[in-house]
Amino acid sequence: MLERRVSPSPALAVLSPVIAMALTVLAGFALFAALGKDPVEAMRIYFLSPFTDAYNRSELLVKAIPLALIGSGLAICFRAGVFNIGAPGQYTLGAIFAGGVALHAPEGAAMVWLLPACMAAGFVGGMLWGWIPALLRVTSGANVILVSLMLTYVAQLLLDWLVRGPWADPLAFGFPKTARFPDGALMPNLVAGTRLHWGLVLAVVAALILWWMLARTRRGFGIRSMGLAPRAAAFAGFSEARTITFVMLVSGGLAGLAGAVEVTSTIKQLQPDIAAGYGFAAIIVAFLGRLNPLGSLLAALALAVTYIGGENAQILLKLPKNAAFVFQGMLLFFLLACDTLIHYRVRVRRVAGGA
Amino acid sequence: MEAFLVTMIVAATPLLLAATGELVAERSGVLNLGVEGMMLLGAVAAFAVALSTGSLAAGFVAGAAAGAGAAALFALVALGFTANQAATGLALAIFGTGVSGLIGQGYVGNAIDPLGPLVAADSLPDHWLARVALGRDAMVYVAIGIAVAVWIYLTRTRSGLKLRAIGDDAESAHAVGLRVLPSRCAAVLFGGACAGLAGAYLSLAYTPLWGENMTAGRGWIALALVVFAGWGPIRVIFGAYLFAAASLAQFYGGALGLSIPSQFLSMTPYLATILALVVISAARRGGAAPAMLGLPFRPTR
Repeated sequence: MLERRVSPSPALAVLSPVIAMALTVLAGFALFAALGKDPVEAMRIYFLSPFTDAYNRSELLVKAIPLALIGSGLAICFRAGVFNIGAPGQYTLGAIFAGGVALHAPEGAAMVWLLPACMAAGFVGGMLWGWIPALLRVTSGANVILVSLMLTYVAQLLLDWLVRGPWADPLAFGFPKTARFPDGALMPNLVAGTRLHWGLVLAVVAALILWWMLARTRRGFGIRSMGLAPRAAAFAGFSEARTITFVMLVSGGLAGLAGAVEVTSTIKQLQPDIAAGYGFAAIIVAFLGRLNPLGSLLAALALAVTYIGGENAQILLKLPKNAAFVFQGMLLFFLLACDTLIHYRVRVRRVAGGA
Repeated sequence: MEAFLVTMIVAATPLLLAATGELVAERSGVLNLGVEGMMLLGAVAAFAVALSTGSLAAGFVAGAAAGAGAAALFALVALGFTANQAATGLALAIFGTGVSGLIGQGYVGNAIDPLGPLVAADSLPDHWLARVALGRDAMVYVAIGIAVAVWIYLTRTRSGLKLRAIGDDAESAHAVGLRVLPSRCAAVLFGGACAGLAGAYLSLAYTPLWGENMTAGRGWIALALVVFAGWGPIRVIFGAYLFAAASLAQFYGGALGLSIPSQFLSMTPYLATILALVVISAARRGGAAPAMLGLPFRPTR
């Protein structure tokens, strides 16, 4: 029996992600044992190997950058009760816009401005893709979840067409990819000898701005009210339409920025696979980070562990690449279940009168 | 043309199975986004069982059971713990992808004899329509049968009416004594079994082998299909065939001399779904969607 608590438990709100992570490791242990794989070795590779040396640790941050950018945007979106699951598409559009600027920059243009222009273009591309579901929701009441999901496919197909068609590199011998971006469009490294780049600074700054906006401004108050009590927010004069549009523009823009950052840093060109899967994983980041933009920074690191651990397991244990998803899925399951206990307590005893 | 129609029917069947199951869950007010994960688990379970027992029928049963098992996990978290349904469904999609990859690792590269036609070709009338429509495997007809049965159930039976009432207004349904959570749970399990069957069809009839991520987004397309069909089971049948035809158009478009890039043809089902969503939502505010779709329910008294 679940019984509603008089007030939400603040301790559990903080503890829930920790409990969920511990349960994920335990369940992973059981699952690998059940499948006849060495569970101790598997857990060591998945959860400890990403921390063993400086290179792995820097790669952890590299993976966390797009996750944090998207996750902090989704955090404010979910806070408003708007379920944007189209971040993969917004990420892809951002990558396309940034790639378009990088590939079509005039020769000899002031190179200093090329990278900022790519970032801005990526933000605008993501905003555009986030704005469509918001507009359709506001004007006709169409479901944001479904429209944003459909747009994800459209974005992926658009990218596929561009890299095989108009933007294909004639020197790539038919491989579906564009030419390498010019040097001016590439994200400079933050630490020499690693792949860690300035996107980290962008992610931290974005999370700080969003946190400030959510906690300290009138707009942030409107977002929080709409999520908690939509009718009260409406009576207080916060327009539902404007709030939906705002959070979709911001979260779309940040997903687009993440796409722009990723293609100008680690990928350096456009190709059909630009790791848009970050867009789904970032949903876990947002929940794990307690729908708080700053929490998303920490949560992005936790999710990055599963990515690096998964890559290491693929090499060392010859496990399929998708095995890392086992942990991501379990983490979200456990987290959602634990979060219920913030608002409800478990009652073993049957309530008299049969509920 | 004959080849196109045959391919279309075979491609439509898994979409139809998965979408019909999801439709029932959604009509009860539950949005389960985990169809892709349930299909993958169904596909790998079906393949593993069929390979070890040599029985395709046992494979299909295992596929449905695996799908229902995955749906039970969803029901526990989303209904039992009243968690956000969209997030829980997403967790299931991610989890199913991972677990199916792990289980299926040992089965990559194995092949089995696929499900054959229900009626042998030489006993069919010698006409192209008969060959196309009657020469298919049993699951093609089972899929259509399930959709029709669901239509009858939802529109012509008392129990179906109650399920729709629960999807439209769980509070009122609860107040008049309907058992909201058990009904929703049953609807979700049915949806999972159908998704598992759809996955089994892919690994036992369509390809027929196991490959990581072999559903290739069909679970998500099934979700789109439910919306496109405006939550009507008969429209889902037509929608599934239409979607299958549209997805095949990219292979046949070039042969017909169309100059439209294949990617744009592939976009049409998604754009059509968005359009359908906008039109039905605008026509009836809230649309044909079950009124409580995706909203959690916890009895308070």
